[in-house]
Amino acid sequence: MSWAAVWLCAAGLFAQKAAGAFVPRAWVSGPRVRSVLALLPAAMLGALVLTQVAGSGDGLVLDLRLLGLAVAAVALALRAPFLLTLVLAVVATAVARLLLGT
Amino acid sequence: MVAARRDGIGLGLLGVYGVSFGAVAVASGLSPLQAVVLSAVGFTGGSQFAFAAVAAAGGAPAVGLASAWLLGLRNTLYAVRLTDVLPRRTLPRLLAALLVIDETTSMAVRHEENGRPAARTAFWTTGVGLFVAWNLTTVLGAYGVQALGDPAALGLDAAAPAAFLALVWPYLRIRRTAVVAGLAAVVALVLSVVAPAGVPVLAGGAVALLGLHRRWRS
Repeated sequence: MSWAAVWLCAAGLFAQKAAGAFVPRAWVSGPRVRSVLALLPAAMLGALVLTQVAGSGDGLVLDLRLLGLAVAAVALALRAPFLLTLVLAVVATAVARLLLGT
Repeated sequence: MVAARRDGIGLGLLGVYGVSFGAVAVASGLSPLQAVVLSAVGFTGGSQFAFAAVAAAGGAPAVGLASAWLLGLRNTLYAVRLTDVLPRRTLPRLLAALLVIDETTSMAVRHEENGRPAARTAFWTTGVGLFVAWNLTTVLGAYGVQALGDPAALGLDAAAPAAFLALVWPYLRIRRTAVVAGLAAVVALVLSVVAPAGVPVLAGGAVALLGLHRRWRS
């Protein structure tokens, strides 16, 4: 990958954040905008969970990441702390891949 | 405040996942230094992985840029959402903007009910902890990729979805946000069969537009 593309990518990603931070306050203070913004993280994160677990950059792929996600859901339901949840998901996926030889 | 700090540090450890970004990036044909630049200046995992995935598939740089930026667009909206949490003075605000990602946003929002100082503490501890961990582990993964082996065999590719599930979990306890998250997930999943990388997540995010309707106001 060319350095130009890498710098463009990195700088663009930073510029996106900065643009949001310097949007004039008046633009984002209405009740409608506020209410959309309040729902935004839930929508984005919900979309990310399933695209990350089944996405491959090329359509959908169901694999043992799904097992990791199920383990994480159980851990969260049992009120496991954040990091433990991640570790359990990773270990479950790794062990399953080892046992199944995939 | 103490809870905000403890949560922030726990989340900071998520940066361990950076090992897998460093390894995947170099395996995709980026140089280790390029992986480090992406982590330090771009600092948004999903976009970085998307960029590397296009490089690995031999796609045009423009496609890699487009999918990384489409995924990163939510950070713009997050920064808008955090307008009262970020510092007011220009330079600190610019610095804080770099730290605006899924994790810092959801931690700051979750602690907002305890007041703005708690939200700020959660934002900065999460942000700085993650930034340091993410970059250190990117270096580790990028330069240690031969020794490390396949990130998937170690189950590291399960860390991202598990992390997103943990982040969305508090929203699932409230009916209104739970419905929005579920709808967004279905929209994104269905679209990911047909739409290019980055578009499904954005379309899922568009479900938040339900907030325009009076019924969905908080």
